[in-house]
Amino acid sequence: MEPLLEVEDLHVSFKTYAGTVKAVQGVNFAIREGETLGIVGESGCGKSATAKAIMKLLPSPPAQYERGLIRFQGKDVLKASEKEMQSIRGKQISMIFQDPMTSLNPTSKIGKQIMEAIVKHENISMKEARQRALRMLELVGIPQPEKRIDQYPHEYSGGMRQRAMIAIALACRPKLLIADEPTTALDVTIQAQMLELMKSIQEKMGTAIILITHDLGVVAEMCDRVAVMYAGQVVETGRVKPLFKHPQHPYTRGLLKSVPRLDANRKAPLQPIVGSPPDLFEPPQGCAFYPRCSYAMRICKDYAPKLEKTREGQYASCWLHHPLADKTKWLKEGMAVDR
Amino acid sequence: MDLSSEPSSSEKKQTLGVISMWKYTFKRFLWAIATLWVIITVTFIIMKAIPGDPFAKDGGLPETVQKNLHRHYNLDKPEIVQYGLYLKSILQFDFGPSMKHRSITVNDYIKKGFPISLHLGLQALIFAISFGLILGVVAALYRNKWPDYASMVIAIIGVSVPSFVLATFLINYVAVQWNLLPVATWQSWSHTILPTISLAMMPLAYIARLMRSSMLEVMNQDYILTAKAKGLKQSTIIIKHAIRNAILPVVTVLGILTTNLVTGSFIVEYIFGIPGMGEMFVTSIFNRDYSVILGSTVFYSAILIFLIFIVDVAYTWIDPRIKITEEGS
Repeated sequence: MEPLLEVEDLHVSFKTYAGTVKAVQGVNFAIREGETLGIVGESGCGKSATAKAIMKLLPSPPAQYERGLIRFQGKDVLKASEKEMQSIRGKQISMIFQDPMTSLNPTSKIGKQIMEAIVKHENISMKEARQRALRMLELVGIPQPEKRIDQYPHEYSGGMRQRAMIAIALACRPKLLIADEPTTALDVTIQAQMLELMKSIQEKMGTAIILITHDLGVVAEMCDRVAVMYAGQVVETGRVKPLFKHPQHPYTRGLLKSVPRLDANRKAPLQPIVGSPPDLFEPPQGCAFYPRCSYAMRICKDYAPKLEKTREGQYASCWLHHPLADKTKWLKEGMAVDR
Repeated sequence: MDLSSEPSSSEKKQTLGVISMWKYTFKRFLWAIATLWVIITVTFIIMKAIPGDPFAKDGGLPETVQKNLHRHYNLDKPEIVQYGLYLKSILQFDFGPSMKHRSITVNDYIKKGFPISLHLGLQALIFAISFGLILGVVAALYRNKWPDYASMVIAIIGVSVPSFVLATFLINYVAVQWNLLPVATWQSWSHTILPTISLAMMPLAYIARLMRSSMLEVMNQDYILTAKAKGLKQSTIIIKHAIRNAILPVVTVLGILTTNLVTGSFIVEYIFGIPGMGEMFVTSIFNRDYSVILGSTVFYSAILIFLIFIVDVAYTWIDPRIKITEEGS
């Protein structure tokens, strides 16, 4: 089946006074209709830049799409005009953002903010648009929609605002929803509700979701497949369960080891990944993870590995999977981690 | 927002809102009266502290005539009595007769001068707001490009050049040397152009600078990205989402800017020989025309207090987050 969205070898950089930041350096992934793809990685690894690039939401300048291809339903998004993009945004691809407190216009009624997208993309009257907005509010679980539709964002709580954001994003039944850390700014109980809501709506509408997060728990809960990003690149991708069970990249393994577990030995300290991510003004020539990797070999310093198939349906970019690599340490420690 | 904690339906809340609005207005009215009283008192004291006499300039008047005049205008009584008598007449909206031109009352002066001053003031205000906002928005949208630099040069000139310098400059070049517009007086609409520009330049520049920075801030907000992600056109985003939010700080300073405009009009009217209230006010100070000084001060103060109240109400209308509540006043 033809994927809904394909991203191939995407390079995005930002020109700043201090130099050029190479935020995204060769990202590859694809998502099929109705599927949920998680993108995980630490802050500044290019998750959000990739997501915004898909909708061409990055302000240009300073952003530059240097290389690569973003194909949505067979159409190259990067070559589309601004006008074509406007007909895709909100109608075909929608996005919800991290902070619901600042993502809604404070001087405009919630209903109006939902209707705006509907009226823009669909040839219907204001009255019908209002009916649709009411149904959307009901769908996202906002009580008393008739009253709430005429309220302003400051009359909503944080969780309700994120629900309203979801209502705005899904008002035109897009094929793809990009959720950029949708639960990060919410408290834990609300986070769970929000994930539940996105799941149930996905079942009803068949929307594909790209879920950007740094929370591995959220990925395990929500996603079919996951792409792990590090320093602007996808270092590992595959189906969630096997990937979490048998991570093929040292970075993924490090991430999983640093998550607290209920069944772990309580006296044993958590194992963080030492060091910090590379400077993206001057990305390293070899593997970006090399300075922090405990399995590093000589080749890692000078030559960047490519994303290659390592297990069935699982891809990783790491020299350890080269037939000539010494895998003793990886395999020995793997016994303890890969469950 | 103590009302929100009560379990009340939205209609009940709304009626409560209306009641608190009335209470607020009433309170503001009382405060306005108190402010006016302070202004009258202070003006009265300062005015009496200026040496001189409305009849001294006439010269040559026999002493008995001067004495009679003083008695006629109650100037022979102790100052505290004069003050009391004045408060009494103001309560009847009677500002008394002019002491210089004895056949004319202060009320006549205001009736004659105020429409002209209002015309000039409103025209300048509309000019300042509309062009200030346009300049500010354009500068923000073309940040660090030539439209930005051009409008900020205009803004800096407007802020730093005082209105009387600008007025004489405009009269010299536009009116005298290039002969494009009339030099002075108040007859046709073309006569109003130069005084309007001289008066409006300062607030215009101020609004432009404020709007530019406010607009730049708003354009970086998340909700602008949300609007873009909905697929809205750039022009729709700017008009419907950005400007309305960016305009809030401008509304806040409108009250102060209007005050500046009023005080600026004294000089501008004087320079252009416009028979408005400003000119009358300046002349009355030179003449020690006590009743005119007091009358126009009270009148101007009342108008300004009213304007500031209007700005406050306009604020709640533009920004729904601000609602007038009892404790809020």
